[in-house]
Amino acid sequence: MTSPLHEPELFRLGPLSVSGSLLTSAGVTLFLSGFSLVLRSRLRPEPGRVQAICEVIVTTLLEQIEEVTRKDGRPYLPLLGTLFLFLLCANSLSLFPGLAPPTERLETVFALSLTVFVSVYFFGIRRHGLWRYLKHFFRPTPLLFPIHLLSEITRTFSLSMRLFGNLMSHGLILAVIVSVAGLLVPIPIIAFGLFTGAVQAYIFTVLASVYIAAAVEDHTPESTQGAHRA
Amino acid sequence: MTVQVASIFGAVVAVSFGAIGPAFAEGRAIQAAMEAIARQPEAGPTISRSLFVGLAMIEAMAIYCLVVALVLLFANPFVK
Repeated sequence: MTSPLHEPELFRLGPLSVSGSLLTSAGVTLFLSGFSLVLRSRLRPEPGRVQAICEVIVTTLLEQIEEVTRKDGRPYLPLLGTLFLFLLCANSLSLFPGLAPPTERLETVFALSLTVFVSVYFFGIRRHGLWRYLKHFFRPTPLLFPIHLLSEITRTFSLSMRLFGNLMSHGLILAVIVSVAGLLVPIPIIAFGLFTGAVQAYIFTVLASVYIAAAVEDHTPESTQGAHRA
Repeated sequence: MTVQVASIFGAVVAVSFGAIGPAFAEGRAIQAAMEAIARQPEAGPTISRSLFVGLAMIEAMAIYCLVVALVLLFANPFVK
């Protein structure tokens, strides 16, 4: 049995080690951006079928982000919407034979949660300025600084581990079931895996927006509590 | 007992006992959410969103145990 923690290298491209998850995540990225570019060049005031569907998706995403952050969601829509769509496509990749979701590898999920980690600082500093944003680490007392620091690290770690664990354990369970009972039995499990993937994409996006909302909110004493969710 | 055998036992204990707490917690969370939705159906979307986020938090505990078990089995630092 191969280790789910380590990914085999497919080939080397100069100093770059190329693995399967790198190829699949690049494929999902290319698919999404190509689709959006083609759609953008065909935007019309009276939408066709595809444009109408995409408008519904974008409006729903914006509404969900605004419900979580309770603010104007448009500055955060590009990042969070892209995260959600990327995760949704990437988690559904197991539908295609021979492909595995890139999110069941540690590298991909760490990259994604690092993106969230950096963007929390980006939005926080853009909203409050560098000095005022960094000062929130010393609230309500400077004694809590180590706890703040720990929570920043652990919540990024748990964000990636949650996604990785769910996707990877589903693949593991599927492998066990296929080795025990062959045909037709794994089909409901695969369907359930699609559901899990969608829910995980949703949860990742909601948590990212909660973190960003906690970073951009005004630091009144009772409203900083959202920042400590791990 | 060699390190390998001990690691296998450690992985089993980590996953089996690590699943007990989150199972109870998820049961209680869903029970409370169901009661709240039954009492106030119009608050359903808000409650279920919080429920999903809370379940993800609880579930992370079980996932940590799984990761510890996998590290014991596949990336054990004490086995060469």
